[in-house]
Amino acid sequence: MSTADRVTSLVRALRAHGVRIGTGESVDAARAVAALGLDNREHVREGLAAALLHDQGQRAVFDPVFDLYFPRTVGAPERPTGPADRDDLRARLAEALAANDRAALDALAAEAVDGFGGYDGGSGFSSQQALDRLRPQTLLAQIMAGIRAGGGGSGAFTDRIEADEIRRRIEEFRTRVRDEARRRVAEVRDRDEVARRMPVQTPDRTLFLYAGKDQLAELRRTVHPLARKLATRLAARRRRASRGRIDLRRTLRGSLSTGGVPMNPVLRRKRPARPELVLLCDVSGSVAGFANFTMLLVQALHDQFSKIRVFAFVNRMDEVTDLIADGAADPEGLSGRITAEATLTGWHGSSDYGTALGEFVERYGAAVGPRTSVFVLGDARNNQQDPNLPALRRIVRTARRTYWLNPESRAQWDTGDSAAGVYGDVVEMYECRNARQLSALVGRLLPV
Amino acid sequence: MFTSVDDVTARLADTGYLASPAVATTVFLAAKLGKPLLVEGPAGVGKTELAKAVAAISDARLIRLQCYEGVDESRALYEWNHAKQLLRITAGRDETWDRTRTDIFSEEFLLSRPLLTAIRGDDAKVLLIDEMDKADVEVEGLLLEVLSDFQVTVPELGTIEATRRPFVVLTSNASRELSEALRRRCLFLHIGFPEEELERRIVALKVPELDTVLAESLVRVVGALRAMDLRKVPSVAETVDWARTLLALGADRLDEEVVRASLGVVLKHQEDVQTAAAKLDLDAV
Repeated sequence: MSTADRVTSLVRALRAHGVRIGTGESVDAARAVAALGLDNREHVREGLAAALLHDQGQRAVFDPVFDLYFPRTVGAPERPTGPADRDDLRARLAEALAANDRAALDALAAEAVDGFGGYDGGSGFSSQQALDRLRPQTLLAQIMAGIRAGGGGSGAFTDRIEADEIRRRIEEFRTRVRDEARRRVAEVRDRDEVARRMPVQTPDRTLFLYAGKDQLAELRRTVHPLARKLATRLAARRRRASRGRIDLRRTLRGSLSTGGVPMNPVLRRKRPARPELVLLCDVSGSVAGFANFTMLLVQALHDQFSKIRVFAFVNRMDEVTDLIADGAADPEGLSGRITAEATLTGWHGSSDYGTALGEFVERYGAAVGPRTSVFVLGDARNNQQDPNLPALRRIVRTARRTYWLNPESRAQWDTGDSAAGVYGDVVEMYECRNARQLSALVGRLLPV
Repeated sequence: MFTSVDDVTARLADTGYLASPAVATTVFLAAKLGKPLLVEGPAGVGKTELAKAVAAISDARLIRLQCYEGVDESRALYEWNHAKQLLRITAGRDETWDRTRTDIFSEEFLLSRPLLTAIRGDDAKVLLIDEMDKADVEVEGLLLEVLSDFQVTVPELGTIEATRRPFVVLTSNASRELSEALRRRCLFLHIGFPEEELERRIVALKVPELDTVLAESLVRVVGALRAMDLRKVPSVAETVDWARTLLALGADRLDEEVVRASLGVVLKHQEDVQTAAAKLDLDAV
């Protein structure tokens, strides 16, 4: 495979994963490789990344794809493994982890895949299988004991963070094994196919509904920069909007003294009103992560609105604005506190949009006025209850704008107990499955 | 400009800038391919420093355009010196209008701002466009001509082309999304927090008097802080500040006492200090 071929295949694989790369950038990438030579793999990696990528988020896609097309080695690891000895490997792994010896860890990952990951008589490699046999996560205690016995560590205090460091290294080692397995698979199977099928996860594409605990923490970390970005965008939009339009009536009246020639256009001055926002969040089990994340985002955007009121419901509606304002320091416990302190469920524990919307109109109807934008957040799965469309219609009528953000894929709407279609006839409903979609939607839909 | 990536690394190190392989490779490529370099990353990791260091090693003049909200053409590109033009008009009362008119729109009355300055002249230059994300979107449009063709069009004078391309560095904290058109014209470099080993070397270089064992545990604690969920995680600049503080305090080892007393140097929010103290178990003793 020539270098040019490698670069173009790499570009194709990246495009298949949604990285937008133009021809100009491919040419730059090829020039970069020509300028750097192929002697140093890390230089080639960084050079290609500089030429092809446009933001850091794409690195999560780029690195594994790069490893496939510019592999570190070819074939089995150099060290003759013979019948692999699990205990020996574990001992050497513990040593390398304690010393944080990167080169050794790379070699060990290769050895582990070769020794324990093979199946199908050598045509398949599974990182899962290798990791199951090796169980690196169980090495922690052993490594810590080894360090203490050796008198390592510079004192009681830094020992405390030692465990976390080792844990991080073990996690890195698992990634190494995964990369290595993928590389070996790509050698025997079709490389392009492997690259295309490879699962990649960037935080802003993590699906809300399936995010695990770690991923939610990662998402939370993306909230702050996201909120800042949206805030600048909103501020710019507001600035533009405040330049105002011509007030025809006053311009014409002023023109009377000049015989009807409008000499001085009078601009309509906008009242400097910040918009109000009302959020209705379904916090039942299935959409809790989504609602939680959105509430955090809104909390971060707090100073963009004169008034934000947040209501949570499962089948009863309760106001949680205060809980969210208090929770600034502790986003982690937010959903826990909401379920503990607000009355969200009545007779049963499953979502009932109809009852909740009805209760909202009845108890908090005054929260919605002509300056309010209302966002309903939920999957519209109503458990076959009455959707109570009149209540929603009343909200839509009083509010300035009403939107519904649905964390389910559009294909699943109206399947099973989903009432997405029925509600979608009354309000504009948008699919909002990940942070990327959410930020695009919020940026577009939020009132100026 | 440079012969190889290692050459860049070595010469940057001479000026006191320790570059990771990623940084050295991109700088080498930017010089080689003649493309602008867009550097992103958290505050305090040395984005601006990089531009200064490149200027120092290539013996070039550093021209800096500091962006802010409201920076415009006349601040970034060029401006006509109106006062001087008026003087010129009053000085030559007897001239015909045609002469005066052509005369007052000539080089002499042009005030060159950073972008135009970087284009003109034959000496080596590094153009630093700092905190691009602070400027309005319109400014990006202004930059496109400069960055892709290294030329500036002044309607009255025509197009001014660079005879010698400047080395361009744009920095951004990503507080605003830069336009795709701008990104497309640049090589992209993200400077994140350095690897433990590199950060140790940076501390050793900036605060050479600090004991190496102490520096090592310092870098490790900073690493642990960065792994926490903080509002603002400490950057390299803060690591160096902390090293200086420890030196000033005369601390010879890093223990709870010292960390608790000086945590404010690295963490800038009270909630962060509390979170970190709880996680590092400082109050348990």
